[in-house]
Amino acid sequence: MRRRRGFAGIAALAAVPLAALVLFFVLPVAGMVARGLWVDGSFDPAGALQVLTRSRTHEVLWFTLWSAAAATVVSMLLGLPVTFVLYRLRVPGRRLLRALVVMPFVLPTVVVGVAFRTLLAPSGPLGGLGLDGSAVAIVAAMVFFNLAVVVRTVGSMWEHLDPRREQAAAALGASPAQVLRTVTLPALAPSIVAAASVVFLFCSTAFGIVLTLGGLRYSTVETEIYLLTTQFLDLQAAAALSLLQLFVVTGLLYAAHVTRTHREHAVDRASARSVTRRVRRADVPVLLVAGLALVLVAAPVVTLVLGSLRVDGGWGTAHYRALGTVGADNALLVPVTDALANSWRVAVDATLIAMVLGGLVAVVVSRQGRSRGERRGLALLDAVFMLPLGVSAVTLGFGFLITLDRPPLDLRTSPLLVPIAQAMVALPLVVRTIAPVLRSIEPRQRQAAASLGASPLRVLRTVDLPVVWRPLLAATGFAFAVSLGEFGATSFLARPQQPTMPVVIFELISRPGADNFGMALAASVVLALVTVAVMATVERLRIGSMGAF
Amino acid sequence: MASRVSTGSTAGGGSTTGGGSTTGGGLRVEDLTVRFDGVAAVDGVTLDLDPGHVLAVLGPSGCGKSTLLRAVAGLEQIETGSVTYDGRDLAGVPTHKRGFALMFQDGQLFPHQSVADNVGYPLRLRHRPRDQVALRVAELLDLVGLPGHGDRSPTTLSGGERQRVALARALAVRPRLLLLDEPLSALDRGLRERLAVDLREILNAAGTTALLVTHDQEEAFAVADRMAVMRAGRVVQSGTLEEVWRGPVDGEVAAFLGYATVLEGEAAGRVLAAGGRVDPAGARSGAVALRRSALRCTTDGPLHGKVLAARLTPEVTRLVVAVEGIGEVPAVADPDADVLVGHDVRLTVDLGRAAVLPARPVDHTP
Repeated sequence: MRRRRGFAGIAALAAVPLAALVLFFVLPVAGMVARGLWVDGSFDPAGALQVLTRSRTHEVLWFTLWSAAAATVVSMLLGLPVTFVLYRLRVPGRRLLRALVVMPFVLPTVVVGVAFRTLLAPSGPLGGLGLDGSAVAIVAAMVFFNLAVVVRTVGSMWEHLDPRREQAAAALGASPAQVLRTVTLPALAPSIVAAASVVFLFCSTAFGIVLTLGGLRYSTVETEIYLLTTQFLDLQAAAALSLLQLFVVTGLLYAAHVTRTHREHAVDRASARSVTRRVRRADVPVLLVAGLALVLVAAPVVTLVLGSLRVDGGWGTAHYRALGTVGADNALLVPVTDALANSWRVAVDATLIAMVLGGLVAVVVSRQGRSRGERRGLALLDAVFMLPLGVSAVTLGFGFLITLDRPPLDLRTSPLLVPIAQAMVALPLVVRTIAPVLRSIEPRQRQAAASLGASPLRVLRTVDLPVVWRPLLAATGFAFAVSLGEFGATSFLARPQQPTMPVVIFELISRPGADNFGMALAASVVLALVTVAVMATVERLRIGSMGAF
Repeated sequence: MASRVSTGSTAGGGSTTGGGSTTGGGLRVEDLTVRFDGVAAVDGVTLDLDPGHVLAVLGPSGCGKSTLLRAVAGLEQIETGSVTYDGRDLAGVPTHKRGFALMFQDGQLFPHQSVADNVGYPLRLRHRPRDQVALRVAELLDLVGLPGHGDRSPTTLSGGERQRVALARALAVRPRLLLLDEPLSALDRGLRERLAVDLREILNAAGTTALLVTHDQEEAFAVADRMAVMRAGRVVQSGTLEEVWRGPVDGEVAAFLGYATVLEGEAAGRVLAAGGRVDPAGARSGAVALRRSALRCTTDGPLHGKVLAARLTPEVTRLVVAVEGIGEVPAVADPDADVLVGHDVRLTVDLGRAAVLPARPVDHTP
């Protein structure tokens, strides 16, 4: 009887976030998809399927696939050497460098797009390469953004890989290359697969980067959904693409999930002994590749900052002072400073919602099921809450507009509309940060506490909380950064008088005039600074699981 | 302060003095120092190990024995000194070209490979033909007592089985030197004792030259034929097992080797006298290390004492006795003798179960 009751308690805990997920994720997405499949009240899937035969759709699909694949391959090729250097070699300043590599991941995608445009514009430092507006620029920006995922995901495994396993192989006669091929890479394989699938997932659903860098020339499924919805009002086509994306993403998430559970069993962690070693002469090629990757990370950021200080051929802070205005030719409805204040308020609300829901989910999915059925249920729950990671934020945003617009739930004018949508986007990342830490707590510690007379609440406070408070703080910072940078859903939902920073940045770069672009750069720097300040605080807490999948 | 061990080159000629080098074969570690952040983990160690012998480096954890082993394997940077094998200096020779094999405390089997693939790993590295690899793997699994386990995953094996597989893997290409880092410490006691005997037999059968480091003196005695005792980065004593066991150089070594207590000064003299040895010099300034069974209750022993504690074990009754003029010492009694706490007893001394330690350099007794 007690067992049943224990499970019932957990189910009750899961009810709140589940209800939120159904209401604010499943319902809007389903509404959006249904809008495309039901034309004039009759079910017409053939019409939607027709969309998939258009040549434009094929172009978009092809570009989505190859750009994501290319970005994934390049991210791995650059990311693995960086990971090795930052997690296995005793390089001076490696903590700082680790923070630098992770920074792009929390930078708002619009900011990343603006930074790459500045870098590659004909007047920019790399203008001579003629890459402005090219597919290469998009892939490079995706790599910039996703290097962090590779480094954190593989790094968190690599730094716990017992070096003695490699030493045993070397002592048996394996050369360094043979050790890498026969011992290190097979041991890292689960995290490499996980990182690659997540990078591919992020790249194939990239929105802000493609929209700012690709214009109309290059479109991914995600930006195409946006264009079809907002420019062409072709909801049927948008719904068809959303559905397609949903299937592909679910498949990818499943693959990532399988490798992850495999990994959590497979890792035998190194003891406290140091896994880093001194740099040797043979490491020079790896160091060079890693250096190149770090330059790729640093260059756009540096260009962005320099560009924002460039005024009419000289240097100055005019663009920053202009942030208090609505821009040249009244480009904006409200000053950028208002947008910043609004972004901050929205981020606080979104973080609060994401933390409450994500915390509950993490507690539930980190429990060990007592029976096979319970374990299956928990695994399914875990996977379900990962869904927002891959579903088009554009679909979500538009779905909010068309489903939450009438009683009993009319949120159109509610100040909570944007925070709720952003919280849904941040939810999987919050769960991913907290749940692994909760799982790593030895269950017998809880049992020991309970046997000594601690109530369930007391167990949570005395066993779980001391371990989990740092990840909790980290997840808070993470959710905050995600909310500050969220663009896909917000671009639909933010009301014109209350835009967020990414929205005004996108508006500014869409307007003509060097002053507006300069303002966009300044606004990007400010937004990046705020985000990085939040993340720097988090990085000080040194949470290994953050940004790792 | 170089310490020297020469293993079994001739029956009598253990350690050499001065610059006399070995006959050429085997491992030679000379004046080796390894530092971590300025602190010497291995401090001027010199060792010789002739082919076909097994040398145990025994010491408490943190004494630098594992670092010494890793330096020999080429895994640690050497500050000063040299490691040579068969007369060739190994400085600059990377680990994988030394022709050694290293076996860790926990085996470090590759979990993504089957048992057979693990054992065959060094053979495949050397591009041996597939059928030869299969043959040799089967032969090795037989040798370590795990025939037919080839298709198993290492994760399904018990700790003892894993160590056997690790041993088979290390022996696969007949390394010229096998390095063993506490190979049995992770196992429980019964298994450890059985596997130690097996290990000794396997090493003998294969004629393997091996360097074993351990903190467990039983493991060292069971597997090795020579021993070097290490403390704080230095070798403090070395020789054959018999030499080290019979004549520990000081009380600390004696305690580490499993002697129960060390007596000094007059107490030592009284025990020696009771054991039938009259040695004025030893009685005045030396010390004597006693095993738990060195003193035994008899009806006519020369020493008198009162029993403070008694505990029955399957073989003997173990006592703590306060002996007049000596103090509290361990002793044994026949389980049938019915010795209880508070009894007055008489004790005889068996000097075969005691070791006389050399006099200390500074003697402050008046």
